[in-house]
Amino acid sequence: MESLSVLQSNLALLALSPPGWGGNLLRGLLHSLEIAFGGYSLGLLIGIAGACGKLYGGPVTRDLLATYTTCVRAIPELVLILLLYYAGTDLVNQLMTSMGRPTVDISGLAAGIFVIAVVQGAYATEVIRGAIKSVPAGQLEASRAYGMGGFQSLRRITLPAMLPYAIPGLANLWLIATKDTALLAVVGFSELTLETRQAAGSTKHYLLFYCAAGVLYLLVTLISQQLIRMIEKHARRGLPQES
Amino acid sequence: MEHEVKSSYWPAPHRIVMALIAAALITYIAISMRWEWLPGYTEQIAQGLWRTLWLLALSVLFGFLLAIPLGLVQVTGPRPLSALALGFCTLIRGTPLLLQLWLLYFGLGSIFPTIPEIRDSFLWPYLRQAWPYALLTLTLSFAAYEGEVMRGAFAGVPKGELEAARAYGMSPWQVLRRIWLPRAIHRALPTLGGEVILQLKATPLVATITVIDIYGVVSRIRQDTFLTYEPLLLLALIYMILAGILTLIFKHFENRLPVR
Repeated sequence: MESLSVLQSNLALLALSPPGWGGNLLRGLLHSLEIAFGGYSLGLLIGIAGACGKLYGGPVTRDLLATYTTCVRAIPELVLILLLYYAGTDLVNQLMTSMGRPTVDISGLAAGIFVIAVVQGAYATEVIRGAIKSVPAGQLEASRAYGMGGFQSLRRITLPAMLPYAIPGLANLWLIATKDTALLAVVGFSELTLETRQAAGSTKHYLLFYCAAGVLYLLVTLISQQLIRMIEKHARRGLPQES
Repeated sequence: MEHEVKSSYWPAPHRIVMALIAAALITYIAISMRWEWLPGYTEQIAQGLWRTLWLLALSVLFGFLLAIPLGLVQVTGPRPLSALALGFCTLIRGTPLLLQLWLLYFGLGSIFPTIPEIRDSFLWPYLRQAWPYALLTLTLSFAAYEGEVMRGAFAGVPKGELEAARAYGMSPWQVLRRIWLPRAIHRALPTLGGEVILQLKATPLVATITVIDIYGVVSRIRQDTFLTYEPLLLLALIYMILAGILTLIFKHFENRLPVR
C-alpha cells in the first residue's frame, strides 16, 4: 500500500501542468525533434552536394570534401559542437561588426541545427556516395543514350535509383540525429535531456525523470523504425527481393 | 583506381598548393593564437589522455565479451533469453548515451547511499566515485552496438560448417569454441575498427559526470584561461591523432587476416 502511494505521488510529478514536470519534458522533446529534423534535412542537402562533389567534382573539390568528412568523422561530436557553437556564433558576429551592424544573438535553435547538420552532412556524404555508386551503370548509359544531360539523368535516374541502397544508411543517420541532440544539453540548449536534468535536480527524483526521458527517446526511435520500414518497402518496390 | 594511371614521385600540383595553404593556416594558428598556457598543463593533459585510453580499452574489452553472448542467444535462443537480449540492444541503442550516463550516475548514485547494505559493503569506496559509472555505461553501450554486429556475424556463418563440425562428433560447446565463435569474430572484425573509433568519440561524455578524461582536462583549461578556441583546437587535434592511430592499427590487423 505504501509503495502504491509513493508511485502515485511520483506519477503526479510527471503531470503535464505545473507542479508536474511533464509539460517541460514534452517541450524539451519538441525542441529535440525540431533540431533533429532541421539538422537532418540540412545534413541531407550537404550530403547530396558532397556526394556529387566527391563523385563528379574536380581534384580540388574532392580533396576538400575528403578533409571535411575525415575531420568530422574523427573528432567527437561533443567537441565539434563546442567548436562550431562558439566559432559559428563568433564568426557571424565578427561579420556583422565588420559590416557595421550590431552584433546579434544567435538562437540556440539555429546554432544547434547548424551543428547537427555539419556532423550529419559528413556521414550522409559517404552514405549517398556509396548508394550512387551502386546504381547499375547500364541504367545511366541508357539515360545518356536517351539524350539526357548530366543534371537530368542525376535528377531522373541516379537519385531515385540510389534510394533503396541509401535508405538503410540514411535511416541510421536519422536515429543518430535524434540522439545527438542530447549533446546540446552540454552547451545549455534546453532540449529533452537538459530539461530532464533540471526536473530531476529540482525534485531529487532522478531515476523517475531519467527513465521517463528514456521512454520518450525510445518511443521516437521505435516509431521512426516503423516509418522507415514502410518507406523502405515503398522504395524497394520493383527491385528483386533479397533477404 | 582509374585515376592512378601514372604514379609520379611528386604529389599532384593542387595537393602541393593545398598543403602549403594548410601549413600557412597552422603557422598562423601557432603564432597568432595564445599557447603560453600549454607547458603548465602538459602533466594534466597526459593524465587525461591516459584516462581516456584506459576507459576506451576496458569498455571495448568488457563490451566485446558481453556482446558475444548477446549476439549468440539472439541466434540460438532460448526464446526468453533472446527476447531479453534483443530488448537490451533496442533499449541501449534507442536512447542517448548521455542520458544513460546521467541515469546511472545521478539516478543510481542518489539511491545507493540510502541502502545501508551497499554503504557497508566493500564496493562502497568504488561506488562513491564517478569512474565506475562511466565505465559501466560505456561498456553497456559498446556491448549493445557490438552485440548487434555479433548477431549478424553468428547468423552469417555457413550452416554447412557447423553441420560438418557436428558430424565430426563435436559437442555443441566444442562447435561453438572451435568453429562458430572464431568464424563469427572473423566476420565481425572489419566493423570492429569503426565501432572502436565511435567508442573513442563517445568517451568525452564522461567528463559531464566529473571523470577528468582528456576532454575534462581541456574544459578545465578553458575555465582557467578564459580561452575559447585554443584548447578546443588542441583537443580536436588529439582526437584526430588518436583516431588515426586506431585506424592504422586496425588496418594492420585487417591486412593480416587471411582473405578468401
